[in-house]
Amino acid sequence: MTSPMILFLILAGLSIVFSLLVVFQRNVVYSAMALVATLFLIAVLFLTLEAAMVGILQILVYAGAIMVLFLFVIMLLNPGLLEGRSIAWWILGSLAAVLLLFVLVPFLSDSGRLLPGQAPAGGSFGSPESLAQSLFTDFVLPFEIASVLLLVAIVGAVVLAKREV
Amino acid sequence: MVPLNYYLVLSAVIFAIGVTGVIIRRNIIVILMSIELMLNAVNLTFIAFSRSLGSMDGQVIVFFVMTVAAAEAVVGLAIIISVFRHRQTLDPREMQLLKW
Repeated sequence: MTSPMILFLILAGLSIVFSLLVVFQRNVVYSAMALVATLFLIAVLFLTLEAAMVGILQILVYAGAIMVLFLFVIMLLNPGLLEGRSIAWWILGSLAAVLLLFVLVPFLSDSGRLLPGQAPAGGSFGSPESLAQSLFTDFVLPFEIASVLLLVAIVGAVVLAKREV
Repeated sequence: MVPLNYYLVLSAVIFAIGVTGVIIRRNIIVILMSIELMLNAVNLTFIAFSRSLGSMDGQVIVFFVMTVAAAEAVVGLAIIISVFRHRQTLDPREMQLLKW
């Protein structure tokens, strides 16, 4: 086994374990911390796929900003008690996940035959320059729309969360 | 080199775990976190295909997915705060005023 393979298997195993912890941990704060760990591991997976810029953005935006927001809301609301478990929903949820995997996994593990092999990436692949090059030429309209979307989200959040005056 | 299939199967597994979380959990904050988990699984697929096809488009789309996820988390959490203020609960099965 080559060393990228070993690295991938370690990262994959850890990210599956931590995402299971997100779902099956009964304490909300522990769930959030497990989600932070999962996001970090996925960022490292991005780095192994030569997407350096997106990996760093993942850590900054997701594991930094969004998770701090989640933790802030958890601490603000402080629901205290652990949630109860209902067996029927557990069976339904696990069944849905298993069925989804039965549909997806055979198809996905077959798809290597349909695709060309790993293309040799140039030195600048995934760098900020190449991302910006693509973002500001082919995707400039979606980029502007995204800025409007963020503005709408800011205003909406302020209006929704403020107390009635 | 790690084959593309491994990344695809890993992201399918993480996506299925996120689906399970949305169905079984009874805390709406954890449900939002499971949705973030699913979005990340899809991002992993985009990045894997981007690497395999040698095109930057996948990474740009991941950038937009992150933007939309941030907006969704912000608005979702604001709605949660405002619902909690009125009903003192985080259980989505209690929020059924519009249920027929």
